[in-house]
Amino acid sequence: MIEKALEGGKKYWSLIFVLLVILAAGVIAYLKQFSEGLTVTGLSRDVSWGLYIAQFTFLVGVAASAVMVVLPYYLHNYMLFGKITILGEFIAIPACIMCMTFIFVDMGQPFRVLNIFLHPTPRSVMFWDTVVLFGYLLLNLLIGWITLTSELKGIKPPAWIKPFIIVSIPWAVSIHTVTAFLYSGLAARPFWMTAVLAPRFLASAFASGPAMLILLCLILRKTTKFDAGKEPIQKLAVIVTYAMTVNVFLILMEVFTAMYGDIPEHLAHLKFLYFGLRDAQGVMHSTLVPWMWLSSLLAVVSLILLLNPKYRNREGWLAAASIAVFFSLWIDKGMGMIVAGFTPSPTHNVTHYSPTLIESLISLAVWALGALILTVLYKVVLSVRKQVEPVRYKD
Amino acid sequence: MDRRKFFKYAGFAAVGLAAGLPAKLLAAEALAEPVTGSDLECACGSEGFVRQMYPPASASRWAMVIDLRICREDPDCRDCIKACHQIHNVPDYQDAKNEVKWIWKEPFSHAFTEADHQYITGHIKHSNALLLCNHCDNPPCVKVCPTKATFKREKDGLVMMDWHRCIGCRYCIAACPYGSRSFNYREPKKFFTEKGQRLQPDFPARTRGVVEKCTFCEERLARGEWPACVLACPHNAIAFGDLGNPTDPVRRILQDTFTIRRKPALGTQPEIYYIV
Repeated sequence: MIEKALEGGKKYWSLIFVLLVILAAGVIAYLKQFSEGLTVTGLSRDVSWGLYIAQFTFLVGVAASAVMVVLPYYLHNYMLFGKITILGEFIAIPACIMCMTFIFVDMGQPFRVLNIFLHPTPRSVMFWDTVVLFGYLLLNLLIGWITLTSELKGIKPPAWIKPFIIVSIPWAVSIHTVTAFLYSGLAARPFWMTAVLAPRFLASAFASGPAMLILLCLILRKTTKFDAGKEPIQKLAVIVTYAMTVNVFLILMEVFTAMYGDIPEHLAHLKFLYFGLRDAQGVMHSTLVPWMWLSSLLAVVSLILLLNPKYRNREGWLAAASIAVFFSLWIDKGMGMIVAGFTPSPTHNVTHYSPTLIESLISLAVWALGALILTVLYKVVLSVRKQVEPVRYKD
Repeated sequence: MDRRKFFKYAGFAAVGLAAGLPAKLLAAEALAEPVTGSDLECACGSEGFVRQMYPPASASRWAMVIDLRICREDPDCRDCIKACHQIHNVPDYQDAKNEVKWIWKEPFSHAFTEADHQYITGHIKHSNALLLCNHCDNPPCVKVCPTKATFKREKDGLVMMDWHRCIGCRYCIAACPYGSRSFNYREPKKFFTEKGQRLQPDFPARTRGVVEKCTFCEERLARGEWPACVLACPHNAIAFGDLGNPTDPVRRILQDTFTIRRKPALGTQPEIYYIV
């Protein structure tokens, strides 16, 4: 079936080519990092995780969000999602691979990364995170492939795949819960140590993932013969609306607790994010401040557009709202989440962090890798659909 | 072997090793001033801790007491830091971003975030506290390590590291509430070569991409030697011993003197005690 990815038009091959070029640039950048060490990044003793781990955290959410189409379709027989469920599942595959790649490029000793399996350590949340991510990747590969093969053959998916589909639903929740536990279990970092982190991660995941799926459906309609249909897209929009509302609500919970509780160690991180902090020498550090306000602004704008049916029902506005949701959460749950956890440090030091060019190129290349895998997978899906329904997909 | 017996044997051993042992320690330039046996045994009164010639041969819980009152008297002194970093091949990059440090000074208000208040007199507030790995009884770094590259040695409570197993994920750095861990962003051996500095041959230099920290001089304790910082302190401001032994001087200090620890509320049970 994968051979269908090898036949495509000019547009398809141009996209593949562009993504390969970005990927190649990233590989060169990574070789530099590999030979010189992580000193080529902006990371430091105080801020020891940055752009890579930020992207990882955000993308685990994108991977988990597949459940938002799988659950209505398989559990509630919401047949309108039949056409796009495979698209959701196929987002999860590159998202998982990108997560693993971001972890890999963040490692100081990448060749030793299999030590996680050689010396399995169940008391470490990172061990569990690796296990659930790998499991989720395998589940989605299996489910996606089996259901698509059946579709190609014009038969119903075999009965044995159903338990895997059912298991994939709580599994999706687990990958993001465990990712939140990576952070929320650390007494050393007051910013992360909050019980609401896992729920917040899930809410933001269920907003950003379906927002991305809406955008992909709209792009596919514009560039290919595939049309997800208005109704499924509207249903996704409702899901994004609920999830984004809950996410903003949970962020406000955090702000209230920190501000009214008024414990300096908790408040300092929020101050750093939204107003900046001075270091011991009196130098102001406010790199993230404009980003965080932009994230807040985008969140508000997206909610105005989403909560108002007048805008939500129009696909142009819905696209704008989806972009706003995606970008707002990419900032808030990525760099904001990670860098603020390290600033101020446990000894109350404020250290500047911004990603270097090499770090950014590597990150961009990992996104290109994800886009490449997604493009190939979607190409296969569309080819299968074309074969099954030749009339609708006629050129 | 009981304590008395040990010191009897240690005495004999000392005769035999009189030349050998200190020479080995003094390989580090920082320790160029020989710390002789008689100096070690001298009772310096209120000026510092009294110490036997050799540490106990074994312990069930190593711990350290630092008398910051003495430390404050000589604010520019960095002897312990120099000694530690020299014998452990800790590179001095002169660059906060790539910095590696095992023992260092931090302003009082940064070291004791919970004990700081606005009326603390200037000489305490603006003084520095000596910080290093706390070798916690309940170490959060050990809990989070996905490969057991950092682990607690059950026999004596040391929090140790396997630099050949560490994958460099830096989860332990995120988990340490004391900022005690450093990551090798650069290749330390290359730096030493470029600077023309000689590596200490009897201690491994780390490789790029692994985390490191204070080991409580595990390698020296195994040889029956005090940790380097303890020995290097010209004012005997650092006491070191076995909390598992009720007659150990460190136990007695903790009984008689009020000491504080960093962030005790977190329940990590740090084993560095400070007299402020």
